[in-house]
Amino acid sequence: MTMQTPLGRVRGLGSAKNGTHHWWMQRVTAVALVPLTLWFIYSIVSLLGAGHAAAEAWMASPVNAVLMVLLVIATFHHLQLGLQVVIEDYIHGEGVKIAAILIVKLASFALAVLGAFAVLKVAF
Amino acid sequence: MPAQGCAGQDQKKDDYMAEFSLPANSKVKDGKRWDAPAGAANTKTFKVYRWNADDGENPAVDTYTVDLDDCGPMVLDALIKIKNEIDPTLTFRRSCREGVCGSCAMNIDGTNTLACTKYIDDVDGEVKVYPLPHMPVVKDLVPDLSLPYAQLSSIEPWMKTQSPAPARERLQTPEERRKLDGLYECILCFCCSTSCPSYWWNGDRYLGPAILLQAYRWIADSRDEDTGERLDQLEDPFRLYRCHTIMNCTKTCPKGLNPAKAIAEIKKLMVARQG
Repeated sequence: MTMQTPLGRVRGLGSAKNGTHHWWMQRVTAVALVPLTLWFIYSIVSLLGAGHAAAEAWMASPVNAVLMVLLVIATFHHLQLGLQVVIEDYIHGEGVKIAAILIVKLASFALAVLGAFAVLKVAF
Repeated sequence: MPAQGCAGQDQKKDDYMAEFSLPANSKVKDGKRWDAPAGAANTKTFKVYRWNADDGENPAVDTYTVDLDDCGPMVLDALIKIKNEIDPTLTFRRSCREGVCGSCAMNIDGTNTLACTKYIDDVDGEVKVYPLPHMPVVKDLVPDLSLPYAQLSSIEPWMKTQSPAPARERLQTPEERRKLDGLYECILCFCCSTSCPSYWWNGDRYLGPAILLQAYRWIADSRDEDTGERLDQLEDPFRLYRCHTIMNCTKTCPKGLNPAKAIAEIKKLMVARQG
């Protein structure tokens, strides 16, 4: 129940004056992921049945290692941007929302570092 | 105001999640039925959502079978016939009966549209008539539109200028005027906003397609000098960026307009002014 006017509620806390960077980076990472994902699927299919040594040699090549790190960064950046939007859409409790976004951001960052480290460990 | 169910009774507000199911007092029951008059050969059955605040009952769907040989061709004609000849308690908004006032927007056969421009013959089988989805209901087919009206006020839908008023009208080239085509025709029926899941879940903060199309109508107007301030007011994760290009708005618009495109144009301008 509220006696606040509808216009008062709509004007609310005012415009956040951001959101464009978030939206644009989601598009940028999506565009980056198109060739990276196609390349990754092609590579995995080519390596089917090739064995551990062959996979390690493939990963150790500079081009593949760099593309793998780019794939990891773009994937997890895109993931956390997208999941933040899903959380904001459906979770309305302010405390739960902040906690969920925090977990998604920290976990995505940790997993991206972990993935990049794994690639570099094989490459060097 | 979190997402609301169909009926406007005192609903339990869900603190943590968007509200996906109707509260218990909004569950729709079977209502009364009125059969076709004896001897009617060409009949159509209308299932109409009924709720009023006074009787304390849940919403119900009443069944009216109408003689089409004695009825106009549009769904609104049938509703007026029901109200005049069968059940005067049926409540709905209507005015112009020709698709220019937007009053009779409702959900017909599962799609938001204007009852006055929807042919009865276009619906196979029973014609289901509900109020616009996910808005509080005042009575029967009348939704409470205070929120979208306040949202319209918030975007200040009038021309704003810095230069002094000219002696005559403010001029536009034909090309500049053409940018308003597809925007000025909007009749604010809110079929689009109330078809949008993002507006259902976050209508308290997301402006919705109808209001964003109106906002773009002033952003696109070459005579308006307040474009930057208008973009400032819209640049918000909720006001603008809750649009996820679901496209229900464009699909449902009874005037054939494209609110999703207007929203995309706003987003493009947001990126363009960054650098």
